[in-house]
Amino acid sequence: MENLEKITGEALAAVAAATELRALDDVRVQYLGKKGEISALLKGLGKLTAEERPAAGATINVARDQVQDALEARKAMLEAAVLNAKLASEKVDVTLPGRGEGSGALHPVTRTRRRIEDFFSSLGYDVAEGPEVEDDFHNFEALNIPGHHPARAMHDTFYFGDGRLLRTHTSPVQVRVMENGKPPFRIIAPGRVYRCDSDLTHTPMFHQVEGLLVDEHVSFADLRGTVAAFLQAFFEVDDLQVRFRPSYFPFTEPSAEVDIACVMCAGKGCRVCSQTGWLEIMGCGMVHPKVLEHGGVDPEKYSGFAFGMGVERLAMLRYGVNDLRMFFENDVRFLTQFR
Amino acid sequence: MKLNESWLRTWVNPVIGTDELVQQITMAGLEVDGVELAAPSFSGVVVGEVKATSPHPDADKLTICEVDGGDQIYQVVCGAKNVRAGLKIPFAKVGAVLPGDFKIKPAKLRGQDSQGMLCGASEIGLEDVVDGLLELAADAPVGMDIREYLQLDDAIIEVDLTPNRADCLSVRGIAREVGVLNRVAVTAPDISPVAVTSESVVVVKVDAPEHCPKYIGRVIEGVDLSAPTPLWMQERLRRAGLRTIDPVVDVTNYVLLELGQPLHAFDLAKLDGDISVRLAGKDEKVILLDGQELSLRDDTLVIADSAKVLAAAGVMGGADSAVTAETKNIFLECAFFAPLAVAGKARGYGLHTDSSHRFERGVDPALQETAIERASALILDVAGGKAGPLVSEVSDANMPTAATLQLRPTKIESMLGMPMAASDVEEILTRLGMKISANDAGWSVVAPSWRFDMEREEDLIEELARVYGYANLPTRLPLVQAQPQVPEALLSVRRVADALQSRGYLEVITYSFVDPAVQKEVDPTVAGLALANPISSELGVMRTSLWSGLLSCARYNLNRQMDRLRLFETGLRFVPTKVELKQESVLSGLIYGSAAPLNWSAAARKVDFYDLKGDVQALLGLSGRANWEFVPAEHPALHPGQSAEVQIDGVHAGWIGKLHPGVAAKLDVAEDIYLFELLNDVILSASVPKFVELSDQPAVRRDLAFVLKAETPAGSVIAAVRSACDLSLKDVRIFDVYQGDRVPEGMKSLALGLTFQERSRTLKDAEISSQIEAVVSLLKQEFNAHLRD
Repeated sequence: MENLEKITGEALAAVAAATELRALDDVRVQYLGKKGEISALLKGLGKLTAEERPAAGATINVARDQVQDALEARKAMLEAAVLNAKLASEKVDVTLPGRGEGSGALHPVTRTRRRIEDFFSSLGYDVAEGPEVEDDFHNFEALNIPGHHPARAMHDTFYFGDGRLLRTHTSPVQVRVMENGKPPFRIIAPGRVYRCDSDLTHTPMFHQVEGLLVDEHVSFADLRGTVAAFLQAFFEVDDLQVRFRPSYFPFTEPSAEVDIACVMCAGKGCRVCSQTGWLEIMGCGMVHPKVLEHGGVDPEKYSGFAFGMGVERLAMLRYGVNDLRMFFENDVRFLTQFR
Repeated sequence: MKLNESWLRTWVNPVIGTDELVQQITMAGLEVDGVELAAPSFSGVVVGEVKATSPHPDADKLTICEVDGGDQIYQVVCGAKNVRAGLKIPFAKVGAVLPGDFKIKPAKLRGQDSQGMLCGASEIGLEDVVDGLLELAADAPVGMDIREYLQLDDAIIEVDLTPNRADCLSVRGIAREVGVLNRVAVTAPDISPVAVTSESVVVVKVDAPEHCPKYIGRVIEGVDLSAPTPLWMQERLRRAGLRTIDPVVDVTNYVLLELGQPLHAFDLAKLDGDISVRLAGKDEKVILLDGQELSLRDDTLVIADSAKVLAAAGVMGGADSAVTAETKNIFLECAFFAPLAVAGKARGYGLHTDSSHRFERGVDPALQETAIERASALILDVAGGKAGPLVSEVSDANMPTAATLQLRPTKIESMLGMPMAASDVEEILTRLGMKISANDAGWSVVAPSWRFDMEREEDLIEELARVYGYANLPTRLPLVQAQPQVPEALLSVRRVADALQSRGYLEVITYSFVDPAVQKEVDPTVAGLALANPISSELGVMRTSLWSGLLSCARYNLNRQMDRLRLFETGLRFVPTKVELKQESVLSGLIYGSAAPLNWSAAARKVDFYDLKGDVQALLGLSGRANWEFVPAEHPALHPGQSAEVQIDGVHAGWIGKLHPGVAAKLDVAEDIYLFELLNDVILSASVPKFVELSDQPAVRRDLAFVLKAETPAGSVIAAVRSACDLSLKDVRIFDVYQGDRVPEGMKSLALGLTFQERSRTLKDAEISSQIEAVVSLLKQEFNAHLRD
């Protein structure tokens, strides 16, 4: 018992001196283990008298608890140090690039086409497609463009020499949809079209989106509202000025060219709009009764409108692309700009 | 068509400026392509008069002139041959600035003072007709600014007319339109029949009256083709883009521009016998005015005499009967050819003339009598001569008749989305020259002779909308009535494109027509559909695979220092078969270069077959099924040892593989390019997910390594493993493939991880062991495979 103070003092010193968990455990065994020095003192209590025992026991227990607490505190400290060391050793450079592929990109024409599709899908239009190698009937005749029609000269058609041709517009899809269904029709038809023309501002292949709505009581007012709403949504300009100019397409009547206030200069006049402040953006009109008849639709009961727009033209204006031909060069440096 | 404003304003003169006029006709559907002035800018040039001339003492070719500039007499040295006393000319005074910023300063020419310059036409931006000075009319007011005298600030308005508005292909037509829009009167020049002072006629026989319902002609004798065309007419022609040729041709061109009626003049001396209007004989020949010899088709209407073809009717005259400088007597033709007789014919010969342009779109069938009198009067004025009587062949049965159209107010309202006041309807149609009478259902309308595009009620409503102004019509957004239903068991092209984009692919769009040489290498077994009129021989044949375009893209980018490519394209390929042309929607891709972008964490490695296969599997996996197979197979464009046919439920779905080195060499692209092409119809078919209860039983994994012949396909091994086990086998994976020192030569080791699990009970060891034994035994039997020690 007379050693208790000394042993306790030594134990506490040993705890404080331990710098590793294993050394600390050795200290625990030395003092508090089964054969430890403080444990031995407790075992020695049996040699004391019953009167002496409680007081002595309490004194030893206090000393043991003191050592125990010191051990635990030291252990926690050492464990924290170990964890910190481990964490420190596991540090990574978070500024190094991550592994794996970066994102690819959709072609700007696809991107634009999807914007158009999404707008019209939200208005209940279905997406329709048609063949690109077409016959004369669907590309011309059924659209009120007979063989001698001067409009044919404007189409610069690619032929195969056997009556077949590459469609010059997406309008034949109108006819195919009408042939194969019953009104009402509410479709858009995006796709590739072809004209035998190639220079700075023409490529022999480009993309159009055709729209068709046929129902009872469809009027020119519906056409104007739909086209204006689309253009405002597409360019994200709520008060975009849209004007309808009388024009002529054999398959619509009345027909209109649609101009918007130039989105590059807000209508002030710039190189893109040839200083006019206006950009010609699409053609449209009420479906010609002869076209409805070719599609098996009664023009006295139903009426409709159709519109067609060039996807590249919209993409050029939207993204500021200044050379049409870039769309088909497929230069990786161009394509990666549309991620 | 080029229209000059000053000419137009002699017909109709609304009180609006040029800009407003341009805006107005644009918004009426006559699109204006551009506006320019009749002459480039210059200043300081007046009408001068040469009062006297004397030869230059020291230069043979120069003349010293006394020139009246209106304010005083100037001495000017001039080199022109036509300078003479009494001549009126453009006189650029000292201080004048001519086109091209050419400043006129006082000068000394070979010692003689020259105060200014006498100008030829080209020196003030006009067309030179004579070599030398521009000779002004004798009554030109001396001292007047030449821009004012020649109306050079006149706007030339280029109007781009749509094919339906043939009625506007003349000053008269546009004047009519401007009159309608501004509600002002249109004044035609006085056109009255000329005095007939000769009895000379040519007999005309129309054999094809359905093609030529009206043919009018007249002989004019004694014309003087050396007479100059008056400057005012030259200028109007020039401003419309036409050159001065001779007085007769100039007048016919002038009347074409003024009234819209093409005319033609023949040299009477070169005609043999009567004129007939008939269809050409097959392969009949004619040499046209432009020197080109045509071999005619038998659907072509011609003007002929008893010996030869004189002209392709409504298109171009022949060289043999053309008016020349020696011509004394002419036969003037003014006909109405039916649009269908001319439409498409000129184009069929590669021709397009001002005449065919108008006839095929339609000329006013009531115009010919007026036009020939107008032309006769102008010819007599300019070139003199004696007019013979008109010869007129008209087939009333074949003349177009104006249809009587019914117009209903209900139809107006349903088409335009608003009712239109009866007064507006009547007023607009009347201004357009229509005859209207009200009836029970609305109005009965007859269009004027020049508006043959009025065929049905909708045509009239379009006119109402146009003149009323589109901007003044209502607008509304139709209500959404239906939502399209998208089937869930059908993937969209959009979905697979998105997946490829996430995997780092760039989408390309290439032409659907490709180089036949590339096409032949990529797909030698099929002859692609060839274009009859390709834009160039390199874009001559429709692609039967998207690989042609992708490989060209690869070459383009590899030539621009790209060392890594991941490209895809979707679109149609065009595969001719015996029965039909298959236009198949496909998805194709190409990879090349390092497997990952240059990075710090992994050793650089080139892409291989399995990189691409992983991407393709990921696409196929979008369907929610695992019903595909990669079957070793050969494709002419692919490396025979690294190519597979993709099958889904046994149906051909496409190809994947490494580009064949031979093809790579021929196409001059890198060898280690990997390609795939999948048929969208096959791969887009998907399944709707069906929930299966999760198992809370432990899964048991057993790993087995087999040694077998190196060429044994791993796919067959996996199939055999599956067939040897029952449904408790949940997964089989290959986690190691080894070939090398530790297995015998020609052999490989495949390490397989098998996972077993039952949904509702724990599997017993014995059950698993018996399945493993079955696997070992089956692989031994099928592939002579044994477990690796």
